[in-house]
Amino acid sequence: MISFDFVSASDVGSAVRAALAPASKFVAGGTTLIDLMKLDVERPTLVIDINALAQGDASLAAVTELPTGGLRLGALARMSDVAWHPLVRDRYPLVSQSLLLAASGQLRNMASLGGNVLQRTRCPYFRDTATPCNKREPGSGCSAIRGLHRGHAILGTSDHCIATHASDFAVALTALDATVQLRGHTERRIRFADLHVLPGTHPERETTLRHGELITAIDLPALPYARRSTYLKIRDRASYAFALASAAVALDVSGGAIRAARVALGGVGTKPWRSREAERALIGKMATVGVFRAAANAALASARPLRDNAFKVELAKRTLVRALMEVST
Amino acid sequence: MTDRDATPSVGAPLDRVDGRLKVTGSARFAAEFQVPNVAYGVIITSTIAKGRVREVDASAALRSPGVLSVLTPQNAPRLTGQLPTMRRPSVLQDDRVHYNGQPIGVLVADTFEHAMAASALVTVRYDAEAPVLDFGAAPRNPPESVRTLSGERTSTRGDVKAGLAQAAVRIDQTYTTPIENHNPMEVHTTLAAWEGEQLTLYQSTQGIFNVRNVIARAFGMTPDSVRVVSYFTGGGFGSKGAPWSHEMLAAMAARVVKRPVKLALTRRQMFGPVGGRPQTQQQVTLGATRDGQLTAIRHASTSNTSTLENWVEPAIAQTKMLYATPNLETQYDLVRLNVGSPTFMRAPGESTGTFALESAMDELAYALGMDPVALRLKNYAERDPETGKPWSSKSLRECYALAAEQFGWSRRTPQPRSMRNGRWLVGWGMATATYPARQLPAGTAARLMPDGTVEVRAGTQEIGCGTYTVMSQIAADALGIPVDRVRFALGVTDMPENPASVGSFTATSSGSAVHEAATALKAKIELLVPGGLASTAASDIVAKNAGRPVEVTITSQPRPEQQQYSMHAFGAVFSEVFVDPDLAIIRVPRVVTAHGAGRILNAKTARSQIHGGVVWGIGMALTEETLIDPVTGRYTNADLGEYHVPVNADVGRIDVHFVDEKDSHVNPIGVKGVGEVGITGVAASIANAVYHATGKRIRDLPIRLERVLLAN
Repeated sequence: MISFDFVSASDVGSAVRAALAPASKFVAGGTTLIDLMKLDVERPTLVIDINALAQGDASLAAVTELPTGGLRLGALARMSDVAWHPLVRDRYPLVSQSLLLAASGQLRNMASLGGNVLQRTRCPYFRDTATPCNKREPGSGCSAIRGLHRGHAILGTSDHCIATHASDFAVALTALDATVQLRGHTERRIRFADLHVLPGTHPERETTLRHGELITAIDLPALPYARRSTYLKIRDRASYAFALASAAVALDVSGGAIRAARVALGGVGTKPWRSREAERALIGKMATVGVFRAAANAALASARPLRDNAFKVELAKRTLVRALMEVST
Repeated sequence: MTDRDATPSVGAPLDRVDGRLKVTGSARFAAEFQVPNVAYGVIITSTIAKGRVREVDASAALRSPGVLSVLTPQNAPRLTGQLPTMRRPSVLQDDRVHYNGQPIGVLVADTFEHAMAASALVTVRYDAEAPVLDFGAAPRNPPESVRTLSGERTSTRGDVKAGLAQAAVRIDQTYTTPIENHNPMEVHTTLAAWEGEQLTLYQSTQGIFNVRNVIARAFGMTPDSVRVVSYFTGGGFGSKGAPWSHEMLAAMAARVVKRPVKLALTRRQMFGPVGGRPQTQQQVTLGATRDGQLTAIRHASTSNTSTLENWVEPAIAQTKMLYATPNLETQYDLVRLNVGSPTFMRAPGESTGTFALESAMDELAYALGMDPVALRLKNYAERDPETGKPWSSKSLRECYALAAEQFGWSRRTPQPRSMRNGRWLVGWGMATATYPARQLPAGTAARLMPDGTVEVRAGTQEIGCGTYTVMSQIAADALGIPVDRVRFALGVTDMPENPASVGSFTATSSGSAVHEAATALKAKIELLVPGGLASTAASDIVAKNAGRPVEVTITSQPRPEQQQYSMHAFGAVFSEVFVDPDLAIIRVPRVVTAHGAGRILNAKTARSQIHGGVVWGIGMALTEETLIDPVTGRYTNADLGEYHVPVNADVGRIDVHFVDEKDSHVNPIGVKGVGEVGITGVAASIANAVYHATGKRIRDLPIRLERVLLAN
């Protein structure tokens, strides 16, 4: 860990102004940043504590109803608080489940939503400065492709990076078509699906955030049929492990026919993976296992597995089929 | 005050006498000792797996705030003594790199934070060579370099060829287990303080005398120039049985900076520098008659070692004594890899070996169409089949019966995939557990104080198993006094010497010594005052002893029966698994064990030992595996987030039972020890249950879900 300056911001404006300094980082729960600083992977020279922002504007850490019927999730809200919020549990079970199936109780009590969606990959080579990694040190090479990659992505990979996006919550958000409220020198709104970018030839670029921009809220649009939704996560142990494969799904079924569908996959993508291919394979069809399997095949059609993670293709398909079965019965 | 009414304590589920200290944070572990003027050491490790350190550039680190010194292979003091050949340390005496993560330097600063910050500024240049990392392709060690601790490489009894020729059914399979690392909660820690030529080490260890002796030898000192203090150790599981590199590096650094140096490993440094279980590849051949009588067993185990030493995982030990077969062949082989040295890890040998043997026995039961318990009873060894000696005691038959009964085994339908619970496939599997009961000489001093307390001192260790508690119970019973009148002290090399807390030695060895010392003290008191503490107040007894505490010091020696009998704890493990038929998720809702382990000193701490063994067995079966990059030899899951031990949610109900077993031969207190036997057999019972649930025989640990998903 290197020496760094630490300031505590009292309002969004001053936080964003402070963040104009180069090599600055916001810290909320610190469950990603502090780890990576100890590992010497993140080397900010200025750390801006944003926890006090919610004292001036409680909505920054709250769940509030939007006039459209959706919900606004304050970026400083803690994972646990949002997961157990009655409106979230009622309208968006997949969001609640994605939060509760992540990390551990202690981490969920600390981690903020904004930090969750910006968490860095768990690729062991990214987290170990002794090994080359294009994401950490552009141009140094990808250790995972030639090394161990059982946990790595099979969708959205490039020859430069196969690191999995680790967030469960982000998978639910991408399924819901959430939007993100940002504050930099101006305010702007982007689709959640546009927040993360594929690694391509520049895996060090992970988001479309501008330097110093702060996520202030995540908006969930009204989606009545999301009451029938789920987040299914498959992992190596029953708790406190990242997904090998996961599926966030919502189905609108009427008379056995699928009128609308949302499908996203986790544990397999370099970014939270919305599968419009799967959705297209579902909409207008009857809710049967055969149709679900066809959708799963469509979702994984572009998968590029390697030696250790080849099983993820079949596992992700089965995970998606199971999730679809759960919300259709 | 007299002690007419003291009720026996041994066997009772007494709460830990040190429980309050631990839950209030008052128990002092190595890193918590405070000494004036302490400095902090951080180990710098290699980032290549093979080659030489050409240059360590510490110039930036030395300019960093608070840095006192950086020791490297270039400038480290030369040790004048002799380094151990087992757990051969990396203490900067040469520039050779044997594995990725090897200590190649130590940085000392005035604070921990300064030390950590500066350590990131050290740059190292290497002459790198291509490491050997592929177990399958690595050359095998020459046979003469392959020796277990007992000296054997191969063994033969009877005629295996003839035995196999008689066999109507034969199983011939290969089983593998991965490299694992111990990962006790407390990382290895040393605080080294010199006073002139006298060195004190406050130490996280399982063996204070091992530390004293090895360090003294390395520094060319007499053993009494080194004092080791260890009141509490936060788990060791074999990794802390003797010193590695960090103790010597801390002592060396303390001498250079002329200040005490505190040095705790990072979690990453727990992978490589302090041992682990090696990878094993075990071929088991079983031959049996149609009615299940074993006609031959062949068991060959190849395990990896490091390029620093030849350490053989004794995975075949149980195969020689568990089943009555006249014909047996065993063989060990080694491959040398550029990885950290392997070492003892909870039930070394029996944990990995029972996975292979007890999986093969299950395969044989299926091949014969025989119940797995019945097959084991059919081949029950009434005497040790290897030595021909009688057992000091053996209750395995009773263990099978009790565990089967408690588990409900009779309701099992043997056909794979024949049992369900909703969507889950249900599997029931079982296996045999065993671990030797051994004893080493151990000393104890005991003295009666005028206030009626008895101070008992033995240089053993508290590694979390309950040593303070059970030793207090043993002393109290031998003296006929209540437990709270015993003051038991351990963990300093000024005390009478005891063996390391390894190999389930503590209860047998130190327990016998405490018993003998307390018994001798009672006799001495009764010589002074007929009737002893039962008739006379302690103050009067001490007065009668010229005002001095009445004191004895003894050394307990193993008895001749050690040579006359074969001594082992045995047990039976029955496991239930639920397997998702599509997603291959495996859950272990229930494990039932029954063990015969001689006298149980404390029903509560003994249960905890077995419970912990079963939890670890679940991890060994399903999740635990050290991952090493095949190109660079870098440990890639070197933290507790990615090195998957079971979390609470992975552990279902564990029912622990002990069979009442009286053993008058094993040692004076009839104890076999329960520290290791609990993990043995567990992985096999779970793998056997997975087969029963799915019809898929997984012979490679851990049983990761893709191994089930993709198996035919």
